[in-house]
Amino acid sequence: MEKEKKWPEKWQELTPGCMVFRPGSTREYHTGTWRAQRPIYDTGRCIKCGVCYIFCPEGCISQDADGYFMADLDYCKGCGICAHECWPGAIKMVEEG
Amino acid sequence: MSERIGMEIALAAAEAVALCKPDVVAAYPITPNTHIPEHLSDIVAEGRLDADFICVESEHSALSACCGASGAGARTFTATSSQGLLYMAEIVPIVSAMRLPVVMAIGNRALSGPINIWNDHSDIMSQRDTGWISLFAADGQESVDMMIQAFRIAEHRDVMLPVNINLDGFQLTHVVEPMMMPDQKEVDRFLPAYKPYAALHPDNIVSMGALAMPDIFNEAMQAKDHVLINSKEVILDVWKEWEEQFGRKYEPIGAYRMDGAEIALLTMGSMGDTAEVAIDELREKGVKAGLLKLKLWRPFPTEELLKAVKGLKTLVVIDRAVSFGGPGAPVCSEIKAALYDQKERPLITNYIIGLGGRDVVVTDFVKMVQQAIGPQKKKPAKAYEIYGVRGS
Repeated sequence: MEKEKKWPEKWQELTPGCMVFRPGSTREYHTGTWRAQRPIYDTGRCIKCGVCYIFCPEGCISQDADGYFMADLDYCKGCGICAHECWPGAIKMVEEG
Repeated sequence: MSERIGMEIALAAAEAVALCKPDVVAAYPITPNTHIPEHLSDIVAEGRLDADFICVESEHSALSACCGASGAGARTFTATSSQGLLYMAEIVPIVSAMRLPVVMAIGNRALSGPINIWNDHSDIMSQRDTGWISLFAADGQESVDMMIQAFRIAEHRDVMLPVNINLDGFQLTHVVEPMMMPDQKEVDRFLPAYKPYAALHPDNIVSMGALAMPDIFNEAMQAKDHVLINSKEVILDVWKEWEEQFGRKYEPIGAYRMDGAEIALLTMGSMGDTAEVAIDELREKGVKAGLLKLKLWRPFPTEELLKAVKGLKTLVVIDRAVSFGGPGAPVCSEIKAALYDQKERPLITNYIIGLGGRDVVVTDFVKMVQQAIGPQKKKPAKAYEIYGVRGS
């Protein structure tokens, strides 16, 4: 299978049925650009319980070397579920820009 | 060697599908198509066909199962009717967009309501613009032949599109007719084993049905339209090969006594055979009448239509579905649109007939032609008329 371009320019360049033969290509699309609000994490309040990690529908929250949880802003859509679920109140949503 | 058999058409269609050796059949019963998958399940149970027969809980699941199985590289078949097709509707355009060669028989039945289990074409018309190849059978032989042709067309590398074969419910599905049934050797020669373009497998990673955002969606639709239009070439080739091997001719628009015809009826499905008798009667009376039988509904055979109507003064288009509040019934609207750019075109009359299983008899067609050319020239008051409505 010929390696496809990142974005087909012309309709003739589309694969049959728009099939994708390159695994992991979704990673190249940064859904973080959709965000209107960003989560701000207060490590002073965070108890490392991981409830934000469990509830994040995007799966973009991970634990850092010190055990704190952080969202990957390349993919975080700013839905605010993490802030809503964080019972110690360690996450606040602030307007972008 | 093909064998001449007398059999209910639905059962014969199932026998034809079995000769195509599908790997997966998923279907949910709904009158009047039911005998097709029911008989296929018998064939599987008898051990004559090595296929997975999936007893799903709905038509939505039936087509979803076929979609998934086809994606995994299986030759797949399903069948439905009426509301069952509507229940599949969410998946219908997805199968074509994913270029999966699923074959589906539709035992055409009126859409409810009022609830009605008998024949008309309103079910398939609701799915007209979903990107499937759509064939209409006129009799038992065509029903059998088209099942086998459908797999060959659908799986062609230049096509890779799903095909539906429309069989008028009851008028075809439940009627016993004499037919030539090909044998396994003949079908194997005509239809090679299915080699999918791509199949879901961990060794060859592929994603099917991924998201397409606005910046690529126009292009995706252009590609989908292009491949369906171009499939006509393959359909014609396959039909030519069929004729060479089995001696039965298939054309997008079949012609009956069109030599020197000034007026023609145009029908789709089982009405064609009844209309032939009407044409014979009219010819005996000296009326220069002929019959056009539309067998290929999608891709619409515009070129063949233009050739077929050349020299006609009047064309009487017979529809078996209503486009409520529209400018004409579905078949007639398309024919008018196809002829709009032509300098010379016939006058067109549009009758809707045989809704919800109402009988269509020879005299109906004779009367329609006589009305269209008679001295009173009684034309329908509107752009179309539901023929034989009491009170109108």
